[in-house]
Amino acid sequence: FCHSLPSFQKKMISVTFVNREGNSMLVKAKVGDTFLDAAINNDVDLEGFGACEGTLSCSTCHIIFKKEDFDKLPEKPSDEEMDMLDLAYGLCDTSRLGCQITLTESMDGIVVTVPAQVADARDR
Amino acid sequence: CLRTTIRFSSVAKHKVCIVGSGPAGFYTAQHLIKNEPNLEIDMFEKLPVPFGLVRYGVAPDHADVKNVINTFTSIAKSGRLQFIGNVTIGKDVTLNDLRTAYDVVVLAYGAAQDRWLGIPGENFENVVSARKFVGWYNGLPEESNLQLNLNVEKAVIIGQGNVALDIARILLTPIEILKKTDIAQHALQALKESKIRNVKLVGRRGPLQVAFTIKELREMIKLPEVSNRIHLEDRDYIEACIPKTPRPRRRITELMLQSADTKQADVKDSSKQWELIFHRTPLEIVKSENQRSVKALVVGINRLKEDNWENPQIEDTGLRETIPCGMIIKSIGYKSLPLSDELPFDHIKGVIRQKEGRVEGMPGVFCSGWVASGPVGVIASTLQSGHDVGKRILDDLRKGICATSTVKPGRDVILSQLATRGVEPVTFVEWETLDNEERERGKNQKKPREKIIDVREMIDIAKKVQS
Ligand SMILES: Cc1cc2nc3c(=O)[nH]c(=O)nc-3n(C[C@H](O)[C@H](O)[C@H](O)COP(=O)(O)OP(=O)(O)OC[C@H]3O[C@@H](n4cnc5c(N)ncnc54)[C@H](O)[C@@H]3O)c2cc1C
Ligand code: FES
Repeated sequence: FCHSLPSFQKKMISVTFVNREGNSMLVKAKVGDTFLDAAINNDVDLEGFGACEGTLSCSTCHIIFKKEDFDKLPEKPSDEEMDMLDLAYGLCDTSRLGCQITLTESMDGIVVTVPAQVADARDR
Repeated sequence: CLRTTIRFSSVAKHKVCIVGSGPAGFYTAQHLIKNEPNLEIDMFEKLPVPFGLVRYGVAPDHADVKNVINTFTSIAKSGRLQFIGNVTIGKDVTLNDLRTAYDVVVLAYGAAQDRWLGIPGENFENVVSARKFVGWYNGLPEESNLQLNLNVEKAVIIGQGNVALDIARILLTPIEILKKTDIAQHALQALKESKIRNVKLVGRRGPLQVAFTIKELREMIKLPEVSNRIHLEDRDYIEACIPKTPRPRRRITELMLQSADTKQADVKDSSKQWELIFHRTPLEIVKSENQRSVKALVVGINRLKEDNWENPQIEDTGLRETIPCGMIIKSIGYKSLPLSDELPFDHIKGVIRQKEGRVEGMPGVFCSGWVASGPVGVIASTLQSGHDVGKRILDDLRKGICATSTVKPGRDVILSQLATRGVEPVTFVEWETLDNEERERGKNQKKPREKIIDVREMIDIAKKVQS
C-alpha cells in the first residue's frame, strides 16, 4: 500500500519511533509513504502495530507527535480517523493514526512516540 | 564435555499449547514466538477452521477488520506453531491430558454461550440471541439451520452495543451491498426476501451510556436508503453532561444529538428506518393468540436515579409500554463456560478466575482474550491481552514456575490419543485447501468467498489430496 511515485523521485528522510519501553528506533523512510509503511518496511520492533494494515479499522497504529510537529501536519484528521482514535489507548491532544499520515520532506528527523497500551482503558 | 551438556539442556524445548484459534490465541502465540525461540507451540481449535470470531463474529461488510487474518496466517506458517483443528478440548481431550502433555496451557477459547434475560416469552418463535443470529449470517455450522421468519415488518433488538448495531445494519443494508460480502448464501437469500423495514434498538440506560462505538454509529447514520430516529427524552441533561465527558464519549454523544436534529423527511427514499430507544427495561415477550410467534415486547420505563452519567443507577417509573414487533433479537452479551470441572470459574460473569492471565491455583495454566475478560472490547484489546499474557508466560517459564524438570511429551501423545478416539485433526495446510475452495466458490457469485457450512464437507475438502 505505498503510494506510487516513480521510485527515483522518492526522497528518503529519517524518522524515529520511540517504542513502549522508551527505546528509540531511527529508520530511513520514503517521502510519500505513511508512518505505518515506514515502520513495516523497516521491521521496526512494535508488537501489534498496524493490525488492520492501514484500513482505518483498528487504531493500533496510534502515534503521538510533539506539539510543534502536530501543528504542522498538512491535513486535519477525517471524522473516520477521529472515530478510530477515540478507541486508542493513551489518547492525547497530539495523537494521530500512523497509517493516515504521509511523510513529507519537511518531516526529516521527526520523532514520534508509540504509546504504551493499557489493556482496560476502554472496557468500562 | 560439560559445555555441550549445558547447551543441550538449555535448548530442551518447553512445550506450550493454546486452546482456541481466535485473536487471543494468535496474539499470545505472536508474543511467545517473537520473544522466545525455544518453544514448541501447538494450537487446538474446536472447528476445522481457524480464526474464531474474526471469521464467525465480525460482520461480513467489515472486510477490513478481517485483515488481521493475514498476520495470523503468517504466524501459523512460521514453522513455529502447529495448528490442530477439529479437536474439542473438554471432549476429545481433557484439560488434564493437556497439563500432562505440556509445560504451559493457554486457554483462549472465547465466550460462545448466550446470556438469558430471564423474562417470560424468551423461548417463543422468532426470539433469538444475537450470538445465534450472527452465527447464522456468518455461516457458523451450528447455526446455519436457524429458523427465522423475516416476513415481518418490525424487529426489536434488545441491547445497544456494537453487536446490536452490526445486526441492525445487516438487517437494513441494501442487498446489492451485502451480496458482495462473504455473508452466508442462506442468509443472503433470506435477507433478499425480508420484509423488515423498522428496527428498534432498545436499551436500559440512556444515550450517555451506550456501549457501541462511534465508528459503528456513523456507519448506521450513513446507511443508504435508511433513515433514523433517535429518541432523546432528556436532551437538556445530556447537553449539560457533555462538557464533563472524555473525548470519545463527547464525540459519540454529539453525533447522536446532531443526528436526532437532522430532519428525516429530507432523507430521500428512506423506506427503512432504525430507532434508538433509551430507558426501557424488557419485562415480557408477548405472542399472538393463535400463533407461536412473537407479537410485542413489553418494557418498563425507567429513569436515572442520580446525576451520575458514568455509572447511573436506574429506577422504575412504574410506567409500561408495549412495542409491537414480529421478531426480537437479544443482544445482551456473550459468556463462557468452564471446559473442565476443576477449572476455577466465575459463573456469574461467565469467565475463568484469573489474575493477570494466570488461572487461579493452576500454575502453568493461563487464559487470554474473552474467556478471561468477558465479551468486551475490540480485536485491538484482545491483541493487548494476548501480548500481556505472553509476557507472563515467559516470566513464569524463566522463573521455573511452570516448567518442571521432567520433559513433557507434547503433541505426540495427544495426537495418538486422538487417533484412538477416531478424531481427525485438521492441519493448517489442510485449512488452506479448504480456504482456496471457499474463495473459488465465491468467485462464481462475485463474493470474496462462499463459506462451507457443513463440518463433514469442510473436513472432506480440507483433506482432499491436491493433484
Ligand atoms: C458479533 C461480533 C462482532 C465483532 N466485530 C468486531 C469488529 O468489527 N471489530 C473488532 O475489532 N472486534 C469485533 N468483535 C470483537 C472480537 O471478535 C473479539 O475481541 C475477539 O474475537 C475475541 O477473541 P478471542 O480469541 O478471545 O475469542 P474468539 O474469537 O471467540 O476465539 C475463540 C476460539 O476458541 C475456539 N474454541 C471454543 N471452545 C473450544 C474448545 N473447547 N476447544 C478448542 N477450541 C475451542 C472457538 O471455536 C474459537 O475459534 C466482534 C465480536 C462479535 C461477537
Ligand atoms: S493500521 Fe489500523 S487504523 Fe491504522
